[in-house]
Amino acid sequence: MDTINGKIKKVSTRKSKKVCVPETVVIKNSRISALDSLSCQIRQDIINMLLEAKSGHSAGPLGVVEQYVALYFGGVLNHRPGEPDWAERDKVVLSNGHYAPAFYAVLARAGYFPLEELQTLRKFGSRLQGHPHRKKLLGIEASSGPLGEGLSQAIGLALAAKMDGKKSQIYCLTSDGEQDEGQVWEAVLLAGKLKLDNLTAILDRNNIQIDGYTEDVMPLEPLKEKYEAFNWHVLEVDGHNIEEIINAISHAKAIYEKPVLIICHSIPGKDVDFMEWKFEWHGLPPNKEQAQIALNQLRTLNGRIISEDS
Amino acid sequence: MINPEAKLVPNIFESDIISKPPRDGFGEGLVLAGEYNEKIVALCADLTDSVRMKMFKERFPNRFFQIGIAEQNMAAVAAGLAAAGKIPFIASYAMFSPGRNWEQIRTTACYNDQPVKIAGAHAGVSVGPDGATHQALEDIAIMRVLPNILVEVPCDSLQTQKTTLASVEINKPFYFRFGREKTPLFTTEDTPFEIGKADIYWLPKPEAKKENTVMIVAAGPLVYNALLAAKELEAEGIDTYVINNHTIKPMDQKTLINVAKRCCGVVTVEEHQKMGGMGSAVSEILSQHHPIKMEFIGISDRFGETGSPDELMAYFGLEAVDIKEAVLKIIKL
Repeated sequence: MDTINGKIKKVSTRKSKKVCVPETVVIKNSRISALDSLSCQIRQDIINMLLEAKSGHSAGPLGVVEQYVALYFGGVLNHRPGEPDWAERDKVVLSNGHYAPAFYAVLARAGYFPLEELQTLRKFGSRLQGHPHRKKLLGIEASSGPLGEGLSQAIGLALAAKMDGKKSQIYCLTSDGEQDEGQVWEAVLLAGKLKLDNLTAILDRNNIQIDGYTEDVMPLEPLKEKYEAFNWHVLEVDGHNIEEIINAISHAKAIYEKPVLIICHSIPGKDVDFMEWKFEWHGLPPNKEQAQIALNQLRTLNGRIISEDS
Repeated sequence: MINPEAKLVPNIFESDIISKPPRDGFGEGLVLAGEYNEKIVALCADLTDSVRMKMFKERFPNRFFQIGIAEQNMAAVAAGLAAAGKIPFIASYAMFSPGRNWEQIRTTACYNDQPVKIAGAHAGVSVGPDGATHQALEDIAIMRVLPNILVEVPCDSLQTQKTTLASVEINKPFYFRFGREKTPLFTTEDTPFEIGKADIYWLPKPEAKKENTVMIVAAGPLVYNALLAAKELEAEGIDTYVINNHTIKPMDQKTLINVAKRCCGVVTVEEHQKMGGMGSAVSEILSQHHPIKMEFIGISDRFGETGSPDELMAYFGLEAVDIKEAVLKIIKL
């Protein structure tokens, strides 16, 4: 089935109840449609986690979902969720640790830990610390939270892989606000110098940070040209188009003697209308009422589709 | 008297005692470690010769990485290398690493519990003419408060070499500091050395009375000044123990408490701020387990100065005569 037209398709994913695929979207193939559905489910996971936790970040995690889904479910990542410390795995360093809700939800959906555990986010005794901690949960390569440190650690991993003749790819998940940190540019310089072609940074360009729009707080543009000037290869994609993201990650593997940056242009708070483009939702969780509205919007893609069971 | 079990150099108080920069010990130790353990890699921030990483760089060019003047990046890159099974040493002046990159060390090395080895060179006022910006006087304080890390202050060049080698065997983040200038080489290959174990280098007379005996607890090259003070005090009829308290964390509580019980007071000696340093750590232990009179030799809440190392040691009161005075003050209290 290459195109969905007219009817709503109900897709079951492992352990999830029902996932809706919008009828209005023309989808090229069934794999991508399944991943779009999964993204919709993960957004609901995120809302449910944040509601239960009563604190945490909403806008960024909602906007980044397709990027993480493309990486973990798009057939590009060499990993074994049942054996997270498999020595030959590709390694993913989440640098902007406040994206934890999206990261945890994707890891759980990928089978790294039980889905039920998502509801323990930020609670005492949980493996899902407010910001990810390596020693708490397999699948986390490096603890994060303080911004600007992930790329450096990814460089260390990439360098070690080169020294050891391993074919692993190293991915650094990062975002735009984080680029304000001076350490990021120390790392960008070094990765260019070392020609780390096994390193790919996936940057969520959602244009917001806590205090406002990135271009007001600290202008980053021209971001692509900045990285290129530091001897990186840069790709730009629609951060909500899973196929484009998968293609870019595959493309990055073929780039020789340069690290690759994939700039994913995304909408913060994606698919929850009162959160979209609102930097105020950077660090806020929804309350019960807001979560209800958000979940309803996500289930129906804001009225564009009607779930079969409604 | 010198503790014979310490096996210090026989000419310890003679004018012909050899002096050697502790940083040389680091450079030699790193090459030795590199010879037997191929997991060892070295990262430097544009001070390769000055911190004596050059020998490693020349011997193992494929295991050396020039990071540029970027200490924050260096610490976190090292944590990534450690996460992939390497044993990375990072070196710069202590003022810049861990001075500049404390939070990176906290999060990426300590919180991640990765065995990054942090070599802090040019520690203390003895750096001399470079002045206060380059004289690390706070590094022990900021490192010893971090979970998971060990903190070591070797007393001479040979012990710096031993520390470098020993750190490889400990699968934890590890900080050690050492100075730039030549200092007396007074330990030997046979001198007992174990991370976490304080060593007694000077003993009181067998018949010494507790009210006339003071414990001098020193770290770094000032252990030698403490021994000079002990010798002079002995001639004046005052007994002391001199402890080389080289491991700041985890500190050897047992030895400190046991020796303190045989003394009427304690003098701590270090080339570091008094606040938060080795002396503070000793005080934390003794105030809980054996409250006792204490005097602190160190830097008193101020910055360093430009000058020759000798001038500065005298100006800041870190010489044998200052240690002696502190001991006499304890006795008179």
